[in-house]
Amino acid sequence: MSALSALSSGETKGETFVINVGPQHPATHGVLRLKMTMDGEYITRAEPVCGYIHRMHEKMGENRTWAQFLPNTGRIDYLAAMAYSHAYVGAVERAAGIAAPPRAEYIRVITSELNRISSHLVWFGAFLLDLGGFTPLLYAFDDREKILDILEALTGSRLTYSYYRFGGVCNDVDDDFIRGTREFVAFMRPRMKMYHSLVTDNIILRKRLIGIGVISAEMCRQYGATGPVIRGSGVGYDVRKSEPYSVYRDLDFDVPVYPEGDCMARYLVRMEEMVQSLRIIEQALDKLPAGPVMASGVPRTLKPPAGDCCFAVEAARGRLLVRIVSDNKEMPYRVRLRTPSFCNLSLYEEASQGMMLPDALALLGSLDLVIPDIDR
Amino acid sequence: MSIIEPFRLLLFLVGIMAFVGLNAAYLVWVERKGAARFQRRPGPTEVGYGGLLQPIADGIKLLSKQLHVPPGADGVLFRAAPLLVMIPAMIGLAVVPFSESLVARDTNVGLLMIFAFGSINVMAIMLSGWSSRNKYAIISAARIVSQDVAYEIPMLLVVVTMLMATGTMNLNEIVQQQAGWFWRWNIFRLDVNPLMPLTFIIFFVCMLAETNRAPFDMAEAESELVAGAFTEYAGMGFGVFFIAEYANIILGCAFATILFLGGWQSPFGVWSGVFWFLLKMYVLVFTVIWVRWTFPRTQFYNLLNLSWKLLIPISLSTLILTAVVMKVLK
Repeated sequence: MSALSALSSGETKGETFVINVGPQHPATHGVLRLKMTMDGEYITRAEPVCGYIHRMHEKMGENRTWAQFLPNTGRIDYLAAMAYSHAYVGAVERAAGIAAPPRAEYIRVITSELNRISSHLVWFGAFLLDLGGFTPLLYAFDDREKILDILEALTGSRLTYSYYRFGGVCNDVDDDFIRGTREFVAFMRPRMKMYHSLVTDNIILRKRLIGIGVISAEMCRQYGATGPVIRGSGVGYDVRKSEPYSVYRDLDFDVPVYPEGDCMARYLVRMEEMVQSLRIIEQALDKLPAGPVMASGVPRTLKPPAGDCCFAVEAARGRLLVRIVSDNKEMPYRVRLRTPSFCNLSLYEEASQGMMLPDALALLGSLDLVIPDIDR
Repeated sequence: MSIIEPFRLLLFLVGIMAFVGLNAAYLVWVERKGAARFQRRPGPTEVGYGGLLQPIADGIKLLSKQLHVPPGADGVLFRAAPLLVMIPAMIGLAVVPFSESLVARDTNVGLLMIFAFGSINVMAIMLSGWSSRNKYAIISAARIVSQDVAYEIPMLLVVVTMLMATGTMNLNEIVQQQAGWFWRWNIFRLDVNPLMPLTFIIFFVCMLAETNRAPFDMAEAESELVAGAFTEYAGMGFGVFFIAEYANIILGCAFATILFLGGWQSPFGVWSGVFWFLLKMYVLVFTVIWVRWTFPRTQFYNLLNLSWKLLIPISLSTLILTAVVMKVLK
């Protein structure tokens, strides 16, 4: 521990050196670059360098019509595209005063939650890959494939859905979708038990996660971290509960919270969230009302009245907020995206200080970053 | 020593090289197929029946690549490291008795020789990391040195325990002592040391760590150090490290078979021969592969803690226990 205390007091024993983790490195899952100043294997400073995949989504929003920006939303966080469409569509609907019919809202919740599970499954595989366990990745992707098949049959694409529309959803669900989703829920529950017995109870995994990468609730608050990161630090903040949108108010689900703040807490939060999402899907399928899936009278060329409107959703990685400013034209005046990965990454520099390299990469994996979500 | 002896030795060394080369190539295939089965996918299927020609295709690909020495690297050491890493495994196999007569050099210090040359392995991998002039490689080199030093001690303590039980360093004699039914194997010799099965497990864990296999593959921890000490190696330079890894696994498993599992002795006391040796060895090799695809990687400091705080005390106490038991029983 002497090396650690030397680090926290700002003095290092020997020479430090810089290694670049990324932009091409197996641990960063994309083009994130971490400039790590190391003292031996201890990290004195890990500076995230982002911008390698910046695509100016916000600026693009100002140069195309309201509807034309819809496909962009699916390309920000390509693993959980539904929530992004939901936030944007929700904001525009709020600005234009459109209300989606109940059936559409239920379909939105079902697809969003399916998407959340698929996103968490990718995280599950990739996180364990970071820890050096290769096999779970294939199992997780196998399960995710079932979700992607369901969503592909419904929306026509596997990742970038653009399925939601202003005033509803693109097309109605059919019996195949409902049956397939129910089968998936029944299939996934025992799978989660299997993952817990095969992975969570593994002694090496527990040693690698418990007590490693502790993030305090205060640090989360300072950096604006949300989602599983803050819920793993003991704060039960979930947009679906704190500012319920869509029909989440009518559905019964718990927000898993673990107070430890370590990698294990974040791991367990996400694992538990998948179970809760299955619960939500099951209830929403039971309650799915009949009726249209599009509101009538939505104009082809939308011109929301001038004003400023926000809509927040709970994306797979945390609180996603879309703010739109309209000046009553065909194109938005401003589209602002507050993405969760960016805020979750920003605490990394402070949280990783004094950690050893393998632990720091475990922490990075436990934040569940999607790089286009950071850079936008 | 007769005039034929050098030729016999040469023949055996060529045989060992062929054995190692073939094994490395096809263990890669077994590992890929095995990993694929663990992960519910088919694995290589395209080249040859069931992907059986895949290792040859891989070999041709590796041979056709340029052996690039990165600028600023120490060219001599960088090129020498792959050679150095191959030699100890080859020499180690020279004293391994595959059957009663199938041994290149039946020497009285076989046990010592394997360890003496096995230690070169550490240096070779360290050199590869050091001479690459790559930060990942240097971190990896530093890890390898401390890891191998930490695990050589419990391994040697275990071997000394075995040595007290067997009383000889001649590997062939050690095997001959274990003739008869399988409870005569050293792993079940509870009369010398009631903790003998535990000793075997310690030996196996140390072997995994010494050969840099998962879950102790700190040297090439790909999610941390890209490819560790081998990051800068391309083509056959990388391929040789790959072959050496499998050669060391084979040597380690062969050694474990000889010391603990009765070598070429059959478990029923009859029909002993090379078949039993290979069977036992490949079961151990399969276990090594199995472990790799089941467990995540440990942290580096936990790896050292495991050795210094757990394995060394246990192996030391089994050593003392054996000494006491043997003294009392005599």
